Amino acid sequence: MNAAATGVREWRRFTAGQRVARFSVYLVLVAAIVASARAVEIIPEFLYDAPEQMQDLFVRMWPIAFYHYPEGVHAALVETLHIASLGTILAVLMALPIGTAAAHNVVPNRVVNYFAKLLLVSSRSVNSLVWALLFVAVFGPGALAGTLAIAFRSIGFVGKLVGEALEEAQTGPIEALAAAGAPWPSVISKGYWPQVEPAFWSILLFRWDINVRESAVLGLVGAGGIGMALDTALNLFQWPRVAMVLVAIFAVVVIAEISVTQIRKRIL
Amino acid sequence: MSAAALVLRGLSKEYAKGKPVLHGISLEISDRGITAIIGPSGTGKSTLIRCINRLVEPTAGEVIFGGQDIAKLDRKALRLARRQIGMVFQEYNLVERLTVMENLLSGRLGYVSPLRAWLRRYPPADIERAFALLENVGLASYANQRADSLSGGQRQRVGIARAIMQEPRLLLADEPTSSLDPKTSVEIMSLMRELCTERAIPVMVNMHDVELAKRFADRIVGMSDGSVVYDGAPGGLSDEVLKAIYGGEDWIA
Repeated sequence: MNAAATGVREWRRFTAGQRVARFSVYLVLVAAIVASARAVEIIPEFLYDAPEQMQDLFVRMWPIAFYHYPEGVHAALVETLHIASLGTILAVLMALPIGTAAAHNVVPNRVVNYFAKLLLVSSRSVNSLVWALLFVAVFGPGALAGTLAIAFRSIGFVGKLVGEALEEAQTGPIEALAAAGAPWPSVISKGYWPQVEPAFWSILLFRWDINVRESAVLGLVGAGGIGMALDTALNLFQWPRVAMVLVAIFAVVVIAEISVTQIRKRIL
Repeated sequence: MSAAALVLRGLSKEYAKGKPVLHGISLEISDRGITAIIGPSGTGKSTLIRCINRLVEPTAGEVIFGGQDIAKLDRKALRLARRQIGMVFQEYNLVERLTVMENLLSGRLGYVSPLRAWLRRYPPADIERAFALLENVGLASYANQRADSLSGGQRQRVGIARAIMQEPRLLLADEPTSSLDPKTSVEIMSLMRELCTERAIPVMVNMHDVELAKRFADRIVGMSDGSVVYDGAPGGLSDEVLKAIYGGEDWIA
């Protein structure tokens, strides 16, 4: 239709090409859902009686075995917290230099940047459970394997975010310190560090929070902590004890979440 | 006739090959007084200032300061030379989350070892001078406030004090008043003149405000299109000269 002839000006947010592109995205989404639903091979009978099974499970879990907490859960829970905290600290010690090396404005050397990023990506591409399996194979089952698994998985996370925070630092103050003849280590400690400090603490707390949750399941592969207690109870079909462990994990995660939020409010 | 604090010979800068921003600038800055560089935006004033302490690498030419050519120094020697050159920025460039006191002391980073700086164990003489300077710039009660809690004028006072902390033999100022209101601009320029006259520090300052430059400078260098088109006393800035620097004439009242 000719706009001039009708006197009505047409307006379209997207061009014809863009509309086709958008439609194709929806099409691909639907196709992906259909394809994956077929691939997972849902067995209808199992799906139909799932509510019944769930109910049965809850009935068997009741009453929760609180009496089990002092002898079977408490020590494992504390161990989980130790694994998470120590793992986070180890990760930060290793992630700070690697993250700094990955920031191209702090270390202006492409080769070093890419190598550091490679280290960070390889740390992240392996799940903590897989890291745990590796370290259980090397050091045997126990908290050491769990701590190292948490640490090595966290290096990538902490290092990447610290590196990005450094790259976003304002250049003005850095320029001023360089113009005053400050040596490189002083430029880092007095120019970059004050700028990334809030981000750093925030990343550290966030990662600790994640690590508390992750270390709770590491025991399933023998890497220590409360997951071991869960694994034992599951294997012996002691459902009330399973419930006790789950409640304990839930409580710790909630407490960790609340304390992290409170601490973050104070320091930022 | 006083000696030259800084000599520029044939200083050129090309950001893109074949498109020079500075066309072989040659200047002598004497060891006292304020030299103002004026000229339209994008004419290379800022590049000129930044080529002196090599925040921008010059493409060709010499920057003779303290008996050596800064343009030829290696990294270590450049760092040592930079300690003698203070710099004040348009956007103040303070470390926002540090206190006023720490920003002043960071002017001494070239002289203090990284370990001592990190531990905040600055030499007592530096701390004493920082307090004295804070009184000079009228911010004595702000020592422990964070820089991001200050107003623009206060921040620039800290910026000047930080540069003076270096005990420089030359002060560079890149549009120090362009982010400030007219009244504060005058206060900042007066402060800079006062502090530098007392200490006999020559100042090289970029400005776009002609009136402010006339009022405070002892010498004016007019730049147009990467070349010096006027070099003389503020009194010599006739309408003809201003036309040559900025082009056009409608804006001249």
